[in-house]
Amino acid sequence: MNWEYIHKFLPLYEKAAGLTIKLGVIGILFAIIIGLACAVIQYYKIPVIRTIVAIYIELSRNTPLLVQLFFLYYGLPKVGISTNAETCGIVGLAFLGGSYMAESFRSGFEAIDQIQEESAMSLGMNTYQTMRYVILPQAVSISVPAFVANIIFLLKETSVFSAISLMDLMFTAKDLIGLYYKTTESLILLVVFYLLILLPVSMFGTWFERRVRYAGFGT
Amino acid sequence: MEENILTVEHLRKEYEGNVILDDVNLSVKRGEVVVIIGPSGCGKSTLLRCINALENIQSGTIRLQDEVIEAGAKNLAKIREKIGMVFQNYELFPHLTVIENILLAPVKVQKREKKEVREEAVKLLERVGLKDKAESYPRQLSGGQKQRVAIVRALCMNPEILLFDEVTAALDPEMVREVLDVMLELARQKRTMVIVTHEMQFAQAVADRVLFIDEGKIMEQGTPEELLQHPKTERTKQFLNIFHYEK
Ligand SMILES: Nc1ncnc2c1ncn2[C@@H]1O[C@H](COP(=O)(O)OP(=O)(O)O)[C@@H](O)[C@H]1O
Ligand SMILES: [Mg+2]
Repeated sequence: MNWEYIHKFLPLYEKAAGLTIKLGVIGILFAIIIGLACAVIQYYKIPVIRTIVAIYIELSRNTPLLVQLFFLYYGLPKVGISTNAETCGIVGLAFLGGSYMAESFRSGFEAIDQIQEESAMSLGMNTYQTMRYVILPQAVSISVPAFVANIIFLLKETSVFSAISLMDLMFTAKDLIGLYYKTTESLILLVVFYLLILLPVSMFGTWFERRVRYAGFGT
Repeated sequence: MEENILTVEHLRKEYEGNVILDDVNLSVKRGEVVVIIGPSGCGKSTLLRCINALENIQSGTIRLQDEVIEAGAKNLAKIREKIGMVFQNYELFPHLTVIENILLAPVKVQKREKKEVREEAVKLLERVGLKDKAESYPRQLSGGQKQRVAIVRALCMNPEILLFDEVTAALDPEMVREVLDVMLELARQKRTMVIVTHEMQFAQAVADRVLFIDEGKIMEQGTPEELLQHPKTERTKQFLNIFHYEK
């Protein structure tokens, strides 16, 4: 083990981790918004849009992120839409994550009895209030385990960003291996950095799951 | 002259071509307690749900005071504020505490001062013996306690009329009484109520008028004495006999 090497390239990894986190967080935030919107559309069974949502979900879930990224990065400029790598990464992650989030929220919505909605409406709540104060909080808290699993899955998926020349963790490790042949050190640093990102998320998820379960479940 | 709170005229309700309610006429005056009895599946719940426009109807009119109630109406939410509904399975919101359940609609829908509603809610909780449960979650309560909370939640909207759909049917026998007592107290306060129940002694005690519904029609109605002690039609007699035990 070459500690000098590790010490020397640590800043590169830190920078790369920063990029992974930045793109991951922004992409996942958009994925959550898309997912919620899709789940609400499916809940209300809004005609036409509902079909579009269903098609999007199938398309997104059944194509690899790598292919989606290539399409965005190399495909769009061919039809005159200029793109940069970071935007492609974020859009790709949001496109992929949106469908996974939609599915996890949908299972939350489906677990709620229709009479809860009727109970809210009979208290004079309108459609928006019923959704905002009664349906959504329950649906979201039921989806939390699937939701947390999705976040971890999506953070791991960011490792394919290297394919469109984004200097994320994966890119940095591959690059350094190619340049200096210090495979062991490079890979150990790679694993350690992914763990540093993912372990806190996972631990927070476990804590959060327990919290919402305590508050909301087991009527 | 007594004011009609609820008026139902020639109500007809169908599900996929099956007639569930047929030419139902009913008016409820301010302060009146109307009890509805009838065999399971005769349309009692459907009638209450129509009154709250949780079901659309095929023909007839339903009015609360002067306002017509119909599914899809613009002012529906406003009218529903004035109709308190208590369900068989409580339907409290499981993610909210007891006090949050009660405050939600008065604060968010009626835009009332939180502090003022809270004071009223705590008083009502005290009346039904649940003051110390204000911060509990529904899952921490027994069925009877949940149902009393559901009643308080409906009361805090200051409704013109309260609808009860078999609110003790899901309860263990020892909890039935605590809920019925609350309803008896409300009757004493001259609350306007429509109560669907299978508790015949309770009906006798609480009702100003009893309706017997069978196969979607009001077959017979009268004072508790008339209908429960001296039923006129064969069907009513048969139905009431189910509740008699003789050696
Ligand atoms: N959503 C529904 N779709 C079709 N039929 C229904 C529906 N809800 C109730 N019914 C039918 O309407 C009739 C009356 O039901 P209900 O009002 O629940 O009776 P009750 O409350 O008197 O037991 C029953 O025959 C029932 O099968
Ligand atoms: Mg019923």
